[in-house]
Amino acid sequence: MAMTDTDTADASTSAPAQIPLVDYLVLDDGEPHLVAHECTSCGARFFDHRNGCASCFATDFTTVPVANEGTLRTFTIVAFAAPGIPVPFVAGVVDCDGTSVRANVVNTEPDPEHITVGMPVRLTTFPIGDDANGTAAIGFGYEPTGAVTQ
Amino acid sequence: MSASDDIWILGINMTKFGKHTDRDAVDLAAEATANALADGGVTMADIGVLAAGNLMNAGAGIGQQLQKQVGQTGIPVYNVANACATGATALRTAIMAVKSGEAEMGLAVGVEKLSGAGLLGGGGTPRSEKENWEPSGRFGAVTGTDGRIGTNTMPGVFAQIGMEYGHRYGGTSFELFAKISEKNHAHSTLNPLAAYQKQFTLEEIMGDLMISYPNTRPMCSANCDGAAAAVVTTGAKLKTLSAEQQRRAVKVAASVLTTDPWEEACQVLPNVNTLTRNAATTAYEQAGIGPEDLDLVELHDCFATAELVHYDNLLLCPEGGAVDFFESGAPWRDGSTPVNVSGGLQSKGHPISATGLANIWEVCHHLRGEAGDRQIEGARVGLAHVIGLGSACGVHVLERSAA
Repeated sequence: MAMTDTDTADASTSAPAQIPLVDYLVLDDGEPHLVAHECTSCGARFFDHRNGCASCFATDFTTVPVANEGTLRTFTIVAFAAPGIPVPFVAGVVDCDGTSVRANVVNTEPDPEHITVGMPVRLTTFPIGDDANGTAAIGFGYEPTGAVTQ
Repeated sequence: MSASDDIWILGINMTKFGKHTDRDAVDLAAEATANALADGGVTMADIGVLAAGNLMNAGAGIGQQLQKQVGQTGIPVYNVANACATGATALRTAIMAVKSGEAEMGLAVGVEKLSGAGLLGGGGTPRSEKENWEPSGRFGAVTGTDGRIGTNTMPGVFAQIGMEYGHRYGGTSFELFAKISEKNHAHSTLNPLAAYQKQFTLEEIMGDLMISYPNTRPMCSANCDGAAAAVVTTGAKLKTLSAEQQRRAVKVAASVLTTDPWEEACQVLPNVNTLTRNAATTAYEQAGIGPEDLDLVELHDCFATAELVHYDNLLLCPEGGAVDFFESGAPWRDGSTPVNVSGGLQSKGHPISATGLANIWEVCHHLRGEAGDRQIEGARVGLAHVIGLGSACGVHVLERSAA
């Protein structure tokens, strides 16, 4: 339902509206975290909208939270990307307690001296821009567990 | 299967890879086709089926466009698309048609105009800020995710594939990956059909423009134009042809195409390992040989980081032993298992739909003893491998004719 400026009694109107970058990032249920669609038959996990399970062909899924901490399984430091994408950035795959997640590694220098495979990382979120209504899109990445969050 | 049911490559050709500013895809496909037919001593009148691929214009019907220039005989055409495995898929399609008995001879063609194409895979939704954030697509994304959730660029994807191997088994480094590139560029100096025939020092490779760590520019496949074509037939048909045709024909001892079976993480970062290992295992079984019998290998070194993992995936070394295999000197042209003596995709070039057939041409060239300065002496058996992300893997084992 649309809120108006007169709804000052409702605390939610004072907080800026936000929306996750992707639907598997959950912002409104405790600490921000990722969720996966888990096959109820074989336990395979997926992040995208599903038609069925690629592993066992079943069609029933349940939504499960993904661990917020993990280890960096692999990475690259992207120096050339499509026009409009700021470089350099660190792209990688994080093993979150057995669930692999594709993400950027953030809050660290993008150079091979600061990033190593096997390093422990944790989920972090940050605004990536506002739309015309002032709604902030919230992105996510993984930062080294030793990093200081701003 | 009796000997007469064997499948043979009767004629094969690749154009010079590089920049062909004055010719379009049909011109290049027609050149490779005419030369492959002449190489086999046949004409379009002998061909019963055509499989063709041209990824950048996958909807345009390259097979029929080609027929209009080389001969419209009314035969069935299969236009195929399987990413960078398109050429091998065309060959596999022609082989299946011939093997089934529906045609006595088949023609496979792959062609691409890719000069100046730039970075592949970095497309997708543009990053223009929207009026209102509106979730869309299979991830419910409110804006483009490339660069925000990992990378779609090919150099970045394959960099991660090489780095992951290093994480699992150890021993990799920027320098190691650069040394693989150094080998392939050194090999290319002997290949007049390569897009680039320039030798690089290790320092030059490591000091060149970084594209996606640890892949610098010379460690990436070269976008270029080119075509390749092959004529396949049965052992029974080959027996009716001339002694010279029988002598130069190359036996297809194995022809395998696989896709990636589901494994954890395979939809997060493409798994190019399992489907290659599966294809190689099946191919060795079909051919009745082992990796130790190979005199040369052309594998899909789209990036230096990819070549390393395929030493392991093609079972050229014990599991986890790719770094030791490379450090031993085995894949150099004077080593025990020469790999990419053509210069590989990093220097020969990678006109995507032509690549799978060009790899097979290179192996055939050696098996026929016609490779000139870069001939691997006495080559009898070779393997050609190609990967298309998505994924598809083609592996062919080729044997010199005993005739």
